[in-house]
Amino acid sequence: MFLYSLTLSRASGIQSAVYGNFSAPKAQEVVVSRGKILELLRPNENGKMQTVVATEVFGCIRSMAAVRLTGSNLDHLVVGSDSGRIILLKFNKDKGVWVKVHQETFGRSGCRRIVPGQYIAVDPKGRACMIGAVEKQKFVYVLNRDAAANLTISSPLEAHKSHHITFSICGMDCGFDNPIFAAIELDYSEADQDPTGEAASMAQKHLTFYEMDLGLNNVVRKWTEPIDNGANLLVAVPGGADGPGGVLVCAENFIIYKNQDHEEVRAVIPRRSDLPGDRGVLIVSYATHKKKAYSFFLVQSEYGDIYKVTLSYEGEAVTELKIKYFDTIPPCTSIAVLKTGFLFAASEYGNHALYQFVGTGEDDEDVESSSATLVQTEEGFQPVFFEPRPLKNLLLIDEMASLMPITDMKVANLLNEEIPQIYALCGRGPRASLSVLRPGLAVTELAVSPLPGAPTAVWTVRRNATDEFDAFIVVSFANATLVFSIGEEVKETNESGFLGTVPTLHTQLLADNSMLQVYPGGLRHIKPDRRINEWKVPGRRNIKAAASNEKQVAIALQGGEVTVFELESGSGLLVEAEKRELGEDVSCLEIPPVPEGLVRSSFLAVGTYDQTVRVLSLDPGQGLKNLSMQALNSVPESILMLYNSGPGADRSTEGGLFLHVGLQNGILIRSEVDRLSGQLTDSRTRFLGTKPPKLFAASVRGSRCMLALSSRPWLGYNDQGRFNLSPLSYEALDYASGFASDQCPEGFVAVVKSTLRILAVENVGDAFNTQACRLRYTPRRLLIHPDTRLLLIAESDHAAIPLAEREDLQAKLAALAEEEGGPVQGVEFNDELAALEEQFGAPKGQPGQWAGCLRLVDPATLSTVFVTEIDGNEAITAMALVDLHMPPSGGGGGGAEGGVEKLLVVGCAKGLRYMPTDCEAAYIRVYRLVDGGKRLELVHKTVVDGGVPGALCGLKGRLLAGVGPTLRLYDMGKKKLLRKCEYNRLPHQIMTITVQGPRIFVGDAQESVHLMRFKKADNAFYIFADDIAPRYLTSLLPLDYDTVAAGDKFGNVVVLRLPREASQQVEDDPTGGKMAAASGRLNGAPHKLEELVKFHVGDTITSLQRAEMQAGGQEVLLYSTVLGGIGVLYPFTNREDVDFFSHLEMHLRQEHPPLCGRDHLAFRSAYFPVRSCVDGDLCGQYASIPAKKQQMIAEAMDRTPGEVLKKLEDIRNKIL
Amino acid sequence: MATLSDRLNINSQIEHLQAKYVGTGHADFTKFEWALNIHRDSYASYVGHHNMVSYFGVVENESIGRVKYEFVQRMLLPCGLPPKAQDQSEDEEEK
Repeated sequence: MFLYSLTLSRASGIQSAVYGNFSAPKAQEVVVSRGKILELLRPNENGKMQTVVATEVFGCIRSMAAVRLTGSNLDHLVVGSDSGRIILLKFNKDKGVWVKVHQETFGRSGCRRIVPGQYIAVDPKGRACMIGAVEKQKFVYVLNRDAAANLTISSPLEAHKSHHITFSICGMDCGFDNPIFAAIELDYSEADQDPTGEAASMAQKHLTFYEMDLGLNNVVRKWTEPIDNGANLLVAVPGGADGPGGVLVCAENFIIYKNQDHEEVRAVIPRRSDLPGDRGVLIVSYATHKKKAYSFFLVQSEYGDIYKVTLSYEGEAVTELKIKYFDTIPPCTSIAVLKTGFLFAASEYGNHALYQFVGTGEDDEDVESSSATLVQTEEGFQPVFFEPRPLKNLLLIDEMASLMPITDMKVANLLNEEIPQIYALCGRGPRASLSVLRPGLAVTELAVSPLPGAPTAVWTVRRNATDEFDAFIVVSFANATLVFSIGEEVKETNESGFLGTVPTLHTQLLADNSMLQVYPGGLRHIKPDRRINEWKVPGRRNIKAAASNEKQVAIALQGGEVTVFELESGSGLLVEAEKRELGEDVSCLEIPPVPEGLVRSSFLAVGTYDQTVRVLSLDPGQGLKNLSMQALNSVPESILMLYNSGPGADRSTEGGLFLHVGLQNGILIRSEVDRLSGQLTDSRTRFLGTKPPKLFAASVRGSRCMLALSSRPWLGYNDQGRFNLSPLSYEALDYASGFASDQCPEGFVAVVKSTLRILAVENVGDAFNTQACRLRYTPRRLLIHPDTRLLLIAESDHAAIPLAEREDLQAKLAALAEEEGGPVQGVEFNDELAALEEQFGAPKGQPGQWAGCLRLVDPATLSTVFVTEIDGNEAITAMALVDLHMPPSGGGGGGAEGGVEKLLVVGCAKGLRYMPTDCEAAYIRVYRLVDGGKRLELVHKTVVDGGVPGALCGLKGRLLAGVGPTLRLYDMGKKKLLRKCEYNRLPHQIMTITVQGPRIFVGDAQESVHLMRFKKADNAFYIFADDIAPRYLTSLLPLDYDTVAAGDKFGNVVVLRLPREASQQVEDDPTGGKMAAASGRLNGAPHKLEELVKFHVGDTITSLQRAEMQAGGQEVLLYSTVLGGIGVLYPFTNREDVDFFSHLEMHLRQEHPPLCGRDHLAFRSAYFPVRSCVDGDLCGQYASIPAKKQQMIAEAMDRTPGEVLKKLEDIRNKIL
Repeated sequence: MATLSDRLNINSQIEHLQAKYVGTGHADFTKFEWALNIHRDSYASYVGHHNMVSYFGVVENESIGRVKYEFVQRMLLPCGLPPKAQDQSEDEEEK
């Protein structure tokens, strides 16, 4: 088994975000790290956040900072990762890629405690940066510039301190004095030695200033002073000419201003009034807004409340520190203030958002705490309370979808669509949702208007070649043409000059702003002043096909006569240039746009009914000479030629010209056209649907792209140097054309039956489009009922208050119920309430307090069919649908069994607490689906002892339950489940159980997979095989009788197989391996599983599924991750591909090392050495490397770059 | 045959390693010291891997920032108080 790993949808959670001007001076940009992906975001004119470029770095990004050299107007990016190196990146705007400026190795790699990279701080003047580890190590690098104004970096200076844990570091603003870095440190050396615990309780956090002496080139500990023991974050205060300097120390419940030789100024952080008294308020993210006259800080607490912090000062003496409640948004990992008055909020979980500032937070009504009014009582400092309120100072502009965290995923075709849907449980607490993902691009319908009769075609025409937007929509019917003008509204017009009494074949705006209408009887050339020149077809023939660009027009008459006209620039007339008899009826024509700087396009593509497509020369004097010809296996229906941006995403070099042909059998052929000779090379085919694809040009991200209409619409566009063909999630369209207007700069207009529709594609580049249904608590488990096809969802939240005890909500729900005339079951059913709940978050309960519910969802409508709360402070830890033998119904011990029934069993733990995992009691609840599966009814509840029920599964009409480290077998009883058999020597905690015939695969939380059997005669379980490595399993998926795939917490996927001899031996053994099991080997089972595939994904795997993602395609393995990514592992079907991709991977590792300095092989082998798996994400980067390197690698593999790209495209098309 | 100077050399090398790489063991390493290192290493690794802190955050229904802070804070005393020196000598006697 050899797998090809490919990320389908990259992680959507954000680890950290940094604001800066990276591509151009004054460009408002945010760089975000999504764990192992570096992404540059920029809001467009409409305030929509857009991805400029996303780069997979094959490493774990831990911290980032923007650094700007004095006098420069561009930022560099410093990245701290697990590579053991400091990386300085610069964005190359022309090529659209990050360029590594410096890569300095300082020590070991990995995310270890003494490997710097966890924290990065930069001197505000860009003269130095500090990179720190969690413990001990800190390096300072001096940044400078050479004569050519290039950034230079010094060798590192050490600022280490053993036995010191670092909480935060920051670069202080001290003007042009020596750079100073501040750090919160904690010394643990004494605590380790003192058994009385006195030293530990006396351990004191210190604020330490490290001064980088630029003259002496060394770093000294300049000053250190004890600070509040709850300190967790440092924020630099503007200094030098702009403010008092110093730092704000954010501690639990307090913000303290500190500076050398300055008294501390302390203010309490206002707290929510509903917060339990023993919970602190911790600041988790901040943003500094720095202006000459006025600067302030926005800090966000762990509950999502944003406070505005201001300092009053005279000279360098701070007199007052004020903390004012600003607004509440969901908690963020990073917030960034854009200079244009926007706030980018990178949410910890759920969608990220862009807000606009609409207020300054100066309102007197809002709660404020100040250092001046700080009251100290015997119990400590007196708290200040506030109530969160709806947004006042911020206005939501845009949301960026995020699936993080995906807690469970199932892939199934419940709706009988062409390909299965992905059902993913996402989000946390009130922001939880069930998302349905379908491959393809989401389409927004902007307008739908009925038309008289059934139109045959539609075009858009601009008024002026330089216009940004379209002016007319031309709709052709079987015997007439209608023209609509686009303005405030779309209405019919007569002023266009188009002939309305004939059907139209083609329209075009020519270079001199005149318009062209082609109809069966001739050409109508409409000058800008509405004078009209007509050219009539000689004889009784009709025009069959037409094509044009802004300077050339080609028409084909019945019988195969092709005539080409050119626009004469002097007279502004269309003049017949060439004419040729092809002798075969023409089905379609295409002329590509005039290349920049040239007078004419030199190619004309002609598709004819003899199943060929030819490229003819349009150069003068060539007489439409045949340049090349390609035989097809069906009649061509439509042709489109597109220029590609060059390979390597290099927009400055000229890319290739591609010919796309849609055939009547539904196939799309894409061939490259040599731009000099017109030869066709490198053909690739793809089946698009049952209808012959019609191809149209439209615009995506400012470049020409292809819209292909078959039984479903497709969009072909260039994404980072690669041509992507993605289906649109929309019904089949009959005819379409690109469309641009004020409201919709990049859309298209289409006709479907007798309606005219204006559509737009959003989030181009996303692999999936999402529909979501709101949930109440964090979803944990997802099941699909095979008969009713309903989704069963288990939700539960720790430290949350159950709905029934939420007094604030109960009142609101009751009021709503009155309004709507029926009970409202929960917050998620009312948009208004749910939005508030999402904004504020659920109120905090006590540790060990649980809220949960079970839910039935109809996948077709994505609506809740039934929901029931779990009472009694129970957490849902496992859920399964199990076929159980029912106990005999009659009394008197008749012995007749009551048959098998499919029941829902749910494992619950009362008062569950973590670290260590412990619960007050554990239960298994059994539910029956009643009312045709629309309702759940509790049958009974059984107390189980021995730990948390982590997994449930059916075994031949009985129930297998993993309770803590115990595997138990239960029979269904009338009042409760009846314990039949038990095996209690599994290592830690059972996480998953799956059954394959007589074999039971048990996944442990720390000790990987155990293969067990149940011996009925002895009524005993025994382990006959286990794994050789510890794996912290999260998911398990049987692949066949002997093979199983597993995903673990640390982000590894592994495929394990019982060796054939061992498997045979177990089957043949009359004791079923029981005797052998008694002996054991290496403190474990007699047989060991073989590792077939090992691969590090780099993100916690939450579920594994297998599915065919293409109609008639091959089965692939899908996984979902905590950071919201979905990836696939595709099994290679032949050795050739394995060789090819392994070699490509090898070459890319050498020629194109990862951006953040982590060795690719080391990253993929982070926990276990990678085996039998090719990294498709690395291979995919082949498309974006410079053409020279592409050539080099291709040559080393005895191929051409085109062939390599084709292979990459092919394998991608096989997967999705 | 190792000479005296070699042995000194080896000792100084080990000392150098122990000074440079926190957690490097020695002949008299106790179980507690071992556990201390393991726990501190684990917490540092969790804090460094965003997916791990997020995972803990979802399970405990806490903010990621809070989880990170708690983990770093726990590095002070990750596995309880150190055993009394007396117990240690008793243990050795038992052995």
